[in-house]
Amino acid sequence: MKALLAIRRGEPELTSHVDTFAIEFEHGQSVLDGLRMVRRDQDPSLAFRFSCINANACKECMMLIDGEVDYACTARLKEGTTALAPLPKKALVRDLVTEIAPPDERLDRPTRKT
Amino acid sequence: MTPEVMTPLETDVLVIGAGGAGMYAALEAARAGANVILADRSLIGRGGATVMAQMTVAAALGEQTPDHWENHLADTLAAGRGLCDEKLAAILCEDGPRRIREMDDWKVGWAREDGHIKQVQAPGHDRPRCVYVDFLSTGPAVSKTLRSRLNDANNIRRIGDLLMTDITVRNGEACGATALHVASGRIVPIAAKAVVIATGGLTRLYRRNSASVNMGGDGYALALRAGAELIDMEFVQFFPIGHLAPRLVGMDPIMWDPFRYKLGGKLLNAEMREFEADYATRDARSDGRYVLTRDLATYAISKEVEAGRGSPAGGAYLSFQHVPPEEIRRAFGPVVDRLAANGIDLARQPIEVAPIAHYHMGGIRVNDTLESKVAGLFACGEAIGGANGANRLSGNAITETFVFGACAGHHAALRATRRPMPSPEVTGPAIDFLRSSERREAPNTAAAIASLQSLMSDNVGPFRTGDKLRVAIDRLADLGRGVGDRPLTSSSGGFDPVLIDWLDLRNMLLVAQAVALPALARTESRGAHQREDYPSLDDGSEVNQIVTMTDGTLNIRPAKEMVTA
Repeated sequence: MKALLAIRRGEPELTSHVDTFAIEFEHGQSVLDGLRMVRRDQDPSLAFRFSCINANACKECMMLIDGEVDYACTARLKEGTTALAPLPKKALVRDLVTEIAPPDERLDRPTRKT
Repeated sequence: MTPEVMTPLETDVLVIGAGGAGMYAALEAARAGANVILADRSLIGRGGATVMAQMTVAAALGEQTPDHWENHLADTLAAGRGLCDEKLAAILCEDGPRRIREMDDWKVGWAREDGHIKQVQAPGHDRPRCVYVDFLSTGPAVSKTLRSRLNDANNIRRIGDLLMTDITVRNGEACGATALHVASGRIVPIAAKAVVIATGGLTRLYRRNSASVNMGGDGYALALRAGAELIDMEFVQFFPIGHLAPRLVGMDPIMWDPFRYKLGGKLLNAEMREFEADYATRDARSDGRYVLTRDLATYAISKEVEAGRGSPAGGAYLSFQHVPPEEIRRAFGPVVDRLAANGIDLARQPIEVAPIAHYHMGGIRVNDTLESKVAGLFACGEAIGGANGANRLSGNAITETFVFGACAGHHAALRATRRPMPSPEVTGPAIDFLRSSERREAPNTAAAIASLQSLMSDNVGPFRTGDKLRVAIDRLADLGRGVGDRPLTSSSGGFDPVLIDWLDLRNMLLVAQAVALPALARTESRGAHQREDYPSLDDGSEVNQIVTMTDGTLNIRPAKEMVTA
């Protein structure tokens, strides 16, 4: 089966664009499986966050999938086009990566009022 | 554009890695009065192996049935096939109950029965000894509990997206580290009076693994480059019944063990025949319920596949079709719905399982204060070697994150009280190295990682031969030449996945060699290291092997008594 991943890409303060990648997939594979295939076979510079790959334990792969907030590791690939975009309410880092860490777990913490 | 070097950070204790061991180390170091930076390349308390653990935790609590930590120690040493560091194994078993109860006080929610903490039987244990959190929630519950303790603790600064590239060593002492801030691409020098490596294992070196993506052996590579010793690196544990097919998402691939234990799942070959008993005579430690320990079950499944009796996807069938559906529902509650969402109905169909890289017995060699040969460089959790010898007893992994995490954090804090703050390394080789990052024509880094994983799976998997190991060692060197000596980037700025891959490859290539070389040197079969060209255990080989690095070259030698700094 063939899927098209239409991925909104960009960096902070630059105009974003959509890159579309065609991939072959098997029934049951996840959107994260598809993103990893894109990096391995087509474009290693595509940025997205994940850690646990499969277990839905790390919760890092959250993104907009066809307009809905979802985890890439549990959403399934489908035939036809799937639109992927970064979380809209988080600061963009690159491509599908946003700043999702709690503020006091960041290197640049917001200045605390004393 | 050359990356910016940030103003250095300073701390008493730097803990690298925020899984179970790192979080416990940070809490214990702060309890002993130290200021702590707890850093992780990913998010705090979410990216390691602990959060993924769905299984059980071993400790001689004596809640279910009378027990003593020495019984747990006897089982741990037997599983380790003569290679355990008995001092470390004793610390693990003796301190385990205290930490399990401490976690209980912190409201982790161990499953209870008749007013006591419930303990269940697991393979290799002489009695019911393993605690858990329902349903398959041990790891998430442990991580959440430790994260919330961190939230309430004073003097611990948590920093995510911070990838350590090198430990700073001056006059033989660890003085901090150099890091890449992944999210911004900046270089961060960190001065620390003591450093704790808690980066977990190396299962990402294999194509099929139960690890998170950041388990590429970072800590072993950091330790080697810092001048520390590694021990038992040839012993990689394969989990026999990792999920193989159909595609299952949203679940840990090693989730089938508790199902099998509670419901008596049957392992079948392509002829739909149970085969474990055919291999059981090889093992004296069968406990009746589980026919085979992990290493032997891995062997049995691999041999069935080799003989042409494997399942379609190349493993074995695991069947619960003999179990009434309501019993499956009672035992696993909501997990049954998560399986249904994957199109799996256990009452109707078997699933397919196969051995999967799961845990690393080997690691950084430490003494009984969890300090490596490099003064001030401590390690804990899966990152250390020794306690589990040639094969880890089921249930010991989470116990060791608590016990060794606490021990390393405590001793790192004690050292910090005796030392002035070292000056930060704002210039030097580690910083120059990161500043030399460049864009150039190079092979796809993500594909190179996949090649390395295939190479390791095919040639340095659970069953090895001298020929295959030599092939692996040569091809790893070839792969390394393609990857090059200078960091590769795809653009300037934050979260460059090519740079992250490249830094991972730098570590993975080194650590893969640190597994293959002692595997070639160990000409016998013991525990998780099985040589098809040397199928028997050799009594003369009951000795650990040490890996060190000098001038970029790895050396292998038999262990003598450890000389500490």
